[in-house]
Amino acid sequence: MQLTTEQVKKIAQLARLELTPEEMERYAGQLTDILTYAELLKELDTNAVAETSQVTGLSNVTREDVVGAPLCTPDELLECSPLPKDEHQIRVKRVL
Amino acid sequence: MDLNFLTIAEAHASLLAKEFSSEDLVKACQAQIVKTEKLNTFITRTDDLALEQARAVDAKIARGETIGVLEGVPAGMKDIFNTRGVRTTAASKMLENFVPPYESTSTKRLLEQGYVLMGKMNLDEFACGASTENSAFGTVLNPWNQEYVAGGSSGGSAAGVTSGQIFYSLGTDTGGSIRQPASLCGCVGLKVTYGRVSRFGVDSMASSWDTIGPFTRSVADAAAVLQVIAGQDPYDATTPPVEVPDYSMNLGKGVQGLRIGVPKEYFAEGVEPEVREIVMAAIKEYEKMGAVVKEVSLPMTKYGVSVYYVTMPTELSTNLARFDGLRFGHKPDGEVADLLEYYRKSRGEGFGAEIKRRIMVGTFVSSAGYADAYYKQALKVRTLIIQDFAKAFTEVDVLMAPVSPTPAFKVGEKANNPLAMYLADALAIPPSAAGVPAISVPCGFTKGGLPVGLQIVGPMWSEGLILQTAAAYEQAMGWKDMHPVF
Repeated sequence: MQLTTEQVKKIAQLARLELTPEEMERYAGQLTDILTYAELLKELDTNAVAETSQVTGLSNVTREDVVGAPLCTPDELLECSPLPKDEHQIRVKRVL
Repeated sequence: MDLNFLTIAEAHASLLAKEFSSEDLVKACQAQIVKTEKLNTFITRTDDLALEQARAVDAKIARGETIGVLEGVPAGMKDIFNTRGVRTTAASKMLENFVPPYESTSTKRLLEQGYVLMGKMNLDEFACGASTENSAFGTVLNPWNQEYVAGGSSGGSAAGVTSGQIFYSLGTDTGGSIRQPASLCGCVGLKVTYGRVSRFGVDSMASSWDTIGPFTRSVADAAAVLQVIAGQDPYDATTPPVEVPDYSMNLGKGVQGLRIGVPKEYFAEGVEPEVREIVMAAIKEYEKMGAVVKEVSLPMTKYGVSVYYVTMPTELSTNLARFDGLRFGHKPDGEVADLLEYYRKSRGEGFGAEIKRRIMVGTFVSSAGYADAYYKQALKVRTLIIQDFAKAFTEVDVLMAPVSPTPAFKVGEKANNPLAMYLADALAIPPSAAGVPAISVPCGFTKGGLPVGLQIVGPMWSEGLILQTAAAYEQAMGWKDMHPVF
């Protein structure tokens, strides 16, 4: 799998990462190496093998729908934002 | 008395006997931290908090109240565990100024046991790396030789324990990040069964792989720390309701009749001959102690790194999608036109090179058109790795192997070759893929004076057996009493 800088640009756009032209060129080479290594997996016949996405065997873990003791206050959470706040809301750049 | 290299158990006994106070322990740790500052183990020190916590324990002792085994004993915490009111950076510029408003479950449980926090330990950014060279706060150096890395990602946690700065610490192990630095630094590092310890309040890396465990100077200490942090947590739905046994109960019971499997693939090409010899010599010691050793095969071993570097980046890129620079994180410099540009700049500036690389890999291998060939195929091979271990554990009780194919490598040696760095975890990844527990216990030194760790792997939920097995060897050998000189 040979990745082009054009493809790297597209991936970076999907991942919301701003990259410099040098980074894009470097990642094209390094990602190609990593993906080529991962192609080792293709030599195995896995048609009859199930996928594993978790190892606990747990499913649909639920609890009673009751409000627990808060771990912190909403204002403490707002304090974590590096952006200005207005009436308990974070002011962000325009979306459209 | 040299306080810095005591075990938790020894420090606890002396606190009870009033031979010294918890404040004395904190001051001894502070002095050692200053003396060994070059190692760069800490991102944030909490000296005032530590003294306050120590004095509270000393007051309890003075009043004649009983104290727990961890109470008043100074600890360090990998800087990826959220600690209320104490900056938690994940070694990333993204979280350079982040002060969490809540406590992780593990640190909350330790707080309830009167722990004393010396500070937050250095790591590879978001726990991604095998040398801590990916930290935005500089590289951790190996306590035995400062030209060499301490391993990673929990390099600060391991080097801090080995160098006598702290008595114990917690780390995270996703594909070797506890065992590998423990092996390279020469301390005990335990990776638990997936789900044994709550991940709540710890920055997620690869959620189906992440585990939490202790670094200590003795196996008994690892059991004591695990006792406090293990168990189901309503805040982490992946912690099954499995009973927490007494992990210290069987530590003196030895290994008579224990069936040890030696997986031949873990001693194959790529493993340095010296490492192989040291680990085989340790396994011979087990035979002398009455264990039965046989060769086994885990044929899927060679696919571990590929499975990991497809599935982990996929989970990582998903987990790190929450870093948008809005609710928390890095605010880009200068004016930005719109929200999309804000995201791209926040993430482009806030994340380091390795994180961006892994986000890109994860985004690609899970994207339409490529997911079947890469991501889904890796999920299937993960199943085959699980079957490998399941089969082996029908024949033997535990497996023994090296943790790392090499001892510590030189700072900078692999820094520009991501793939070579990834292969450093080739022997640590397969147990992580299967979710089974494993420990690194010191088993000797290379001719160059670098430590080597023995990896002991057991079936799901067998932490007690692994600790018992490691303790027998530790008691028979003198490695526990070897400390670096500064």
